[in-house]
Amino acid sequence: MQHLLSADDLSAATATEVLDTAGELANVTGREVKKLPTLRGRTVVNLFYEDSTRTRISFEAAAKRLSADVITFSVKGSSVAKGESLKDTALTLQAMGADAVVVRHGASGAPHRLAGWLDGSVINAGDGTHEHPTQALLDAYTMRARLGRLAGLKVAIVGDVLHSRVARSNVRLLHTLGADVTLVAPPTLLPVGVSAWPATTSYDLDAVLPDSDVVMMLRVQRERMGDSYFPSVREYARRYGLDAPRVRRLPEHAIVMHPGPMNRGMEIAPEVADSPRSTITEQVANGVSVRMAVLYLLLGGKG
Amino acid sequence: MTSFLIKGVSVVGGPATDLRLRDGTVAEVGPDLPTTDAEVIDAAGLVALPGLVDMHTHLREPGREDAETVATGSRAAALGGYTAVCAMANTDPVADTAGVVEQVWRLGRRAGLVDVQPVGAVTVGLRGERLSELGAMAESAAAVRIFSDDGHCVADPRLMRRALEYVKAFDGVIAQHAEEPRLTEGAQMHEGEVSARLGLTGWPAVAEEAIIARDALLAEHVGARLHICHVSTAGSVELIRAAKARGVRVSAEVTPHHLLLTDDRVGGYDPVFKVNPPLRTERDVAALREAVRDGVIDVIATDHAPHTVEDKECEWAYARPGMLGLQTALSVALSVFGPDWRLLADRLSCQPARLAGLTGHGVDPAPGAPANLTLVDPAAQVTVEPAELASRSRNTPYAGLQLPGRVVATFLRGEPTVLDGKAVK
Ligand SMILES: [Zn+2]
Repeated sequence: MQHLLSADDLSAATATEVLDTAGELANVTGREVKKLPTLRGRTVVNLFYEDSTRTRISFEAAAKRLSADVITFSVKGSSVAKGESLKDTALTLQAMGADAVVVRHGASGAPHRLAGWLDGSVINAGDGTHEHPTQALLDAYTMRARLGRLAGLKVAIVGDVLHSRVARSNVRLLHTLGADVTLVAPPTLLPVGVSAWPATTSYDLDAVLPDSDVVMMLRVQRERMGDSYFPSVREYARRYGLDAPRVRRLPEHAIVMHPGPMNRGMEIAPEVADSPRSTITEQVANGVSVRMAVLYLLLGGKG
Repeated sequence: MTSFLIKGVSVVGGPATDLRLRDGTVAEVGPDLPTTDAEVIDAAGLVALPGLVDMHTHLREPGREDAETVATGSRAAALGGYTAVCAMANTDPVADTAGVVEQVWRLGRRAGLVDVQPVGAVTVGLRGERLSELGAMAESAAAVRIFSDDGHCVADPRLMRRALEYVKAFDGVIAQHAEEPRLTEGAQMHEGEVSARLGLTGWPAVAEEAIIARDALLAEHVGARLHICHVSTAGSVELIRAAKARGVRVSAEVTPHHLLLTDDRVGGYDPVFKVNPPLRTERDVAALREAVRDGVIDVIATDHAPHTVEDKECEWAYARPGMLGLQTALSVALSVFGPDWRLLADRLSCQPARLAGLTGHGVDPAPGAPANLTLVDPAAQVTVEPAELASRSRNTPYAGLQLPGRVVATFLRGEPTVLDGKAVK
């Protein structure tokens, strides 16, 4: 595997290898000297066309713990209409000898384009409404750490599936790893064509909860209301928000996930976000280990 | 003026015969015509078609001469077997006045490779707010008969009604780019399974169909002529079929790419496949092919849309929609429909010439007919090499694809614009 553009790039064996490697690397994070010499002399470029402090910092920390040289490009706003094109940027990075480019971009497919112009590895750190494969890996890692397995798990992914790269990547990866995914959303927030996905769909959160091992809440943009995807924040929270009474409908062992940042009180109630079932802070910590594993496996074997 | 003797050619798929071109017309047709002083073209195995006519070409001049000019687009057209093209109005400045349409028309005359028939904008600046001076364009030297805001839909139903009514005064036709704008905000490709997977905002079939349904009703109500540009969905075909059955004066075109390519080509996010309307599904392609065969779709039109490398070598969302078409249209049509020469001549020449009011074009080579014709080698296979295309742009979706048929020669009023597959000037 040269690039990680989509969760579809991961076979079950490769994905499991990433998760196992992340588990070993997590021990490093617990040590006093949080560094491995593995990627010394390698250059990792973080190319961020969208602000996402948490993802950027997570990748930076991962690369630094593997002793790579890290260069961060934050390309503010939409630089594309004016100024340097993505292709010109790719050629610059190529000339600088970037071994890996971690790219976050507002346009779906931008990492695919970049991969066509670069010799090094491209890691998709979120592209438009398409995918965010390392988020899916860290989610899978978190589920496996909490529940001991992935095969046969029943995972409900709830909210704005239409615009969610997290949902797209999770559906694919979880399917590959043998979990059963149910997408729960109002019909306006499910894509036309979702029936082709390896997942079932439901409009009724309450019906899905009793049979779920994992409930993954997606962030809902408040602006969607202005575009009539749903009538009001209040109605959304009532029908699709995860509050304490709904959590009581879950099986005893079930966990609650959220990729962050959260709209507390909209898709998730504060007391649920802060409860012991919630894995939200673990997800952040696991993100670094999983991204270390991805960099290690993409770059570690080379030269 | 040279005269030409074309020997042993099949006229629109008929038996081999000779054609003599003299003084801009087809002087004689028959076997074993005497050579006299004519230049002889050995056309054994070739097929003669009436010169192709494109109802839908973007020549980009004025305004985007870096993508195409009237001269470069005319050369591409001649090499594709065309003798006339209708130049769409979405230039900069927009072709919404007599001055601009005459300018385009004169540039076409100067290039001298095909007849360039300007299309006039329906509304000022393509803004969809008020009518352009349609009558002035009709009365200009360019004698405009087709009006279109192509690239934009005339979305306001009242304005569309007025446009349809107004052009009845000079037997004009409104060519609608059928796209309900509210249903396609942010749209990047066909809405369906592929768009759901790729995370690209969908352009639903219903956005096209809703406008066609509405406009067919408006055209029926006011008794006017309506033409639907680049039909792309199975549902649109059914709406047009039903309207025609009721006697509505509606005609329709389809592009070669909508007859061949489907939305799964978008999988690699290569913007060369980005086009408006978008590539649809297998089911739509099958319905469009059937509609061309049975005549519900009258015309195959290229929607030739040149774009510079900068406008295409970028992220999918930022790329301009459109693809080249003039030099590959006949081959794509041949690959889809096979050597049904009557059908190809009709959809690529006779019908577009009739609808565009281009009386010298779209006539089978016969004694007395204007010598606008093209000679095709149906046995040839050509691999599409973007660098070798005559267009100033390179955005062909067929790069590397082997297609049947090669245009050997094109004649405009008896003079060759293409000979031995090469442009004469
Ligand atoms: Zn159009």
